[in-house]
Formats: sequence, C-alpha cells, structure tokens
Amino acid sequence: MLYSDKVMDHFTHPRNVGTIENADGIGEVGNPKCGDIMRIYLKIDNDIITDVKFSTFGCGSAIASSSMATEMIKGKPLSQALELTNKAVVEALDGLPAHKLHCSVLAEEAVKAAVKDYYDKNGIEYDHEKFAQKHDCEHCGE
Amino acid sequence: MNRIYVDNAATTKMSKTAINAMLPYLEENYGNPSSLHTVGQLAQEALVKAREQVAKALGAEPREIYFTSGGSEADNQALLTGAERGALKGKKHIISQKTEHHAILHLLRRLENQGFEVELLDVDGDGNVTPEQVRNAIREDTALVTIMTANNEIGTIMPIKEIAAVCKEKGVLFHTDAVQAVGHIPLNVADIGCDMLSLSAHKFHGPKGVGVLYVNKKLFPSTLIEGGAQERGRRAGTENIAGICSMAAALTEAVSKIDQNTPKLIAMRDRLISGLSEIPHSILNGAKTNRLPGNVNMCFEGIEGESILLLLDQKGICASSGSACTSGSLDPSHVLLAIGRPHEVAHGSLRLTLSEENTPEEVEYIIKTVKEVVEYLRSISPVWMDLQEGRREYVIQ
Repeated sequence: MLYSDKVMDHFTHPRNVGTIENADGIGEVGNPKCGDIMRIYLKIDNDIITDVKFSTFGCGSAIASSSMATEMIKGKPLSQALELTNKAVVEALDGLPAHKLHCSVLAEEAVKAAVKDYYDKNGIEYDHEKFAQKHDCEHCGE
Repeated sequence: MNRIYVDNAATTKMSKTAINAMLPYLEENYGNPSSLHTVGQLAQEALVKAREQVAKALGAEPREIYFTSGGSEADNQALLTGAERGALKGKKHIISQKTEHHAILHLLRRLENQGFEVELLDVDGDGNVTPEQVRNAIREDTALVTIMTANNEIGTIMPIKEIAAVCKEKGVLFHTDAVQAVGHIPLNVADIGCDMLSLSAHKFHGPKGVGVLYVNKKLFPSTLIEGGAQERGRRAGTENIAGICSMAAALTEAVSKIDQNTPKLIAMRDRLISGLSEIPHSILNGAKTNRLPGNVNMCFEGIEGESILLLLDQKGICASSGSACTSGSLDPSHVLLAIGRPHEVAHGSLRLTLSEENTPEEVEYIIKTVKEVVEYLRSISPVWMDLQEGRREYVIQ
C-alpha cells in the first residue's frame, strides 16, 4: 500500500479539523495550483497553544500531515511548536512516500506561519530567518 | 469487502474466454513456433490462427498484424516507422496533438531531440482536433500524423476517419493509437483508412503484456527489437503464444459484443454523469455524447483528486484521477490542462470507467458515495471555504 496505517488513520479520521473564531494566529501555505493548501488556526494563551484547528485542500498525505502536526503542537509552548520539523511529522506518521515528503514540509511551514501571524499581530519581536520558507515549487513562488 | 471496479481504462479483468484460450499454451502446447518438430509446429499453427482472428476482427489482412508487448511498444514502433521513413526522404516534420498518451508524447520528445520537428495541435474544450487543423498543419516535409482514436482520460472520440482521408489526400502516413477504442467502439482499419494502428489486449479483457501494431501491407515497420526472424523480422523474440492466443480470443469476443454492450454502457455512463452533475460546482470533462461508452470524467472544485480516490477506495470503489498526486509529477493531467481546465480545478478530477460487468445498482451506489466524499472533503478544504465566503472566484459555475 502507498501509505502507512498511521497516515490512513489520520487521513480518514483527521484530528483538530475546523476553524477557530477570532484565532490569535492563522497560517496558510501552499497554492491551489500545486494541489495543496494548508491553513492552521491557533488559540494562544500565555505563550501556550491552547487550541489548534486546521483545514487542508490536498492529497491524503497532506491531510494526514496537517492532522499530525496539530496534534504535536496542541497544548505546547510556542517555543516548542517552532521546533517542530517536517522530519518529526514524517516519523510520527511512520513514514511518507518520497514524493510526498513536501506535504510534511507544508505542515511545518503552516505551523510557523500561524505563529508568525500571532507575533506580527501582537508586535512581538522574532528572528525572521527562522521563518524562511523551505517549500520549493514552481507555482508556490508566484 | 465487495469491490466495485470502475477503472477499466487502466486495465480490465480477463474474460473466461481469454483465460481458457491461454491455458493450452501454458500446459501442453508449450512449443516455440520456430521449432521444426511437432510441438513447435503446433504452436506455429496457433500463432497463424491467432493472427487470422485478430486480422478479421480489425478488417485487416493477417500479414498486416504485428504482435508486440502491448500498446506502448506498438506506439513506439509506429512512430519510429514514420520517422525513419520520413527521414530517408528528408521529411522531418511530425504532427500530433496535446492529449496523446505518454507513449506517444515521450517518444515524440525523443524524436525532437534527434532533430525532428514535432507539432502538437491544440484541442478544443471537448478534447477534439479537426481534420481542418490537420490539413492546415501538413507541410511538404511532413513525415507522419499520429492522432489517437479515443482519449484514455476523458473518452473523447476523435474524427480519425476524416483525418485519415486528409492524410491520404496529402500523401502523409497516418497512425492512430486505438488502445482505448478497440473492442469498445466499432473499428475497421480499411474503413478508417489508417496506415498504422496500435492496440493493447488488457483493455478489452485480454491479458497484460501483449498488443498489436497494424501496419498497412504497403509498408514495413521499422525493427524495434533485433535478433530473430519473428514477426517477419520486424520484432525479434520468441512469441508470447499464450498471450497472443488469449488476446485473439478476447478481441473476437469483445468485438462481437459491442452492439450488445454499448446501449447498456451508455445508459450507465449517462446516469453517472447526470447524477454527479448534481454536485454543485462540478463539470464533465470531454465530449458529452461523442465519447467512449464507458468513460466518465468529472472535476469537482475545491478538492483534490487523490484524497477522493483514497476515500472511495475505503468504500470499495476503485477509480482514477488526473491529479498531480496520482501522476507522480507536480502538474495535473496534461489532458485536463489541454482542454482548458486551470491547474487548481484539474487537481480535483475523478475518472470512472465502466465495463459491461458493472450494474445500475453499482452506479447508484457510486453516485451516492461520490456525493458524500466530495461534501466531506469540501468541508475540510480552505479553498472551498474561501469560495463559499466569496474570497475566491469559482472557476466552475
């Protein structure tokens, strides 16, 4: 089979699907032209992610990667959420096929984009280099 | 789980006739047709008979039938034949069109690298090219025109008889990739007037790994595989007797059942199209009526094709999509892009290809299930959310 049981579980029963009214941070990455977009909503209290929701347009691994990423950052301090790597998401999913690894990169970037949005909205200083986009795609650069 | 297989453009289930026709050549008649002894000669007789059967089903002569390993090989051999013959006369211009199968497009790219000039005609919104387009594109140095009979993704049937007539008038070789059409719509090479035609056995309930290149007797195909006298020296290698005999039986059966199957398939196809068109912001890809009897291809805005397929598979439905995620590349189907679907919509395509073994009850289950899956995926899609809330414009009205 193409995907691990873990990926299929998160794809068919995604965790934290939905939106958050008046979210403290919203991050969106990807491009419909490439076939995947992820949007992550954060509720933040005292630098702790108290709630997280996502919506994703994309393939099975994109949906599973967003679901897993939200699970991994829920209830965690922002500093820890920013340390989430695509590799950790892939490991937690028991692997992704090579041509699907970019989905996990999108998940990492969506989390970072949401945190960055929170920082920007609240005028909080941060290291811009930590938020450089790693996702590489001919359409996303537009 | 009770599985509903609606991916018959990818491959079909072998018929009992095809399986039974194969077995004697796996068990007792295992000979090599090139051997002089009785065991070999029995195989030789079977080969002769199979060639006659295939020729009859296509309206050809037995000597015009070259057995290959399948549709891709037949396409490769046809294009190389046209290119090599053309090059001998200094003709290095080849005409094709944008929605061809990759077996054609990739070989054309290779020929381009070898100095040929390849012209890919645009298709209209239904995926059609016109004989006039071909006429206007033909030049003094045109070596070959290759246009498929019917498209593998969207099922559109091309006006190949008229295109063949234009080519004949202009003295240009014409090849058609009929892999999706043979055994599904009535075809006769003499009636079409093509110089070459490719087909593949596993698309009409025959085995995988065997196909045919029909080549009009006035020309000889280029040799793709060197090493022996098989197939009149044009395709070396001990013949796949079991596969060839099985293909001949499957083809004869499929052709004899076209009249019987077509109305049933068209009724199921059109029911699927009307049922799925009830989904808001969906659109049919390909021609409405001038399409293969078993082909349905739709785009649903705001969602992605691979996730549709995975969820359908969970519910026992085996289908296909033209999304980038299923093609292994970044871009969605070249066919959907060629008929004018933008990238974001082409990603959300679903292809359902029926066989006569499908039933109207299955069709109703598919309609119900696809509706649920599309609704669910839209409910978690940020693109759909933006469309609904007016932050993004619908592409499909």
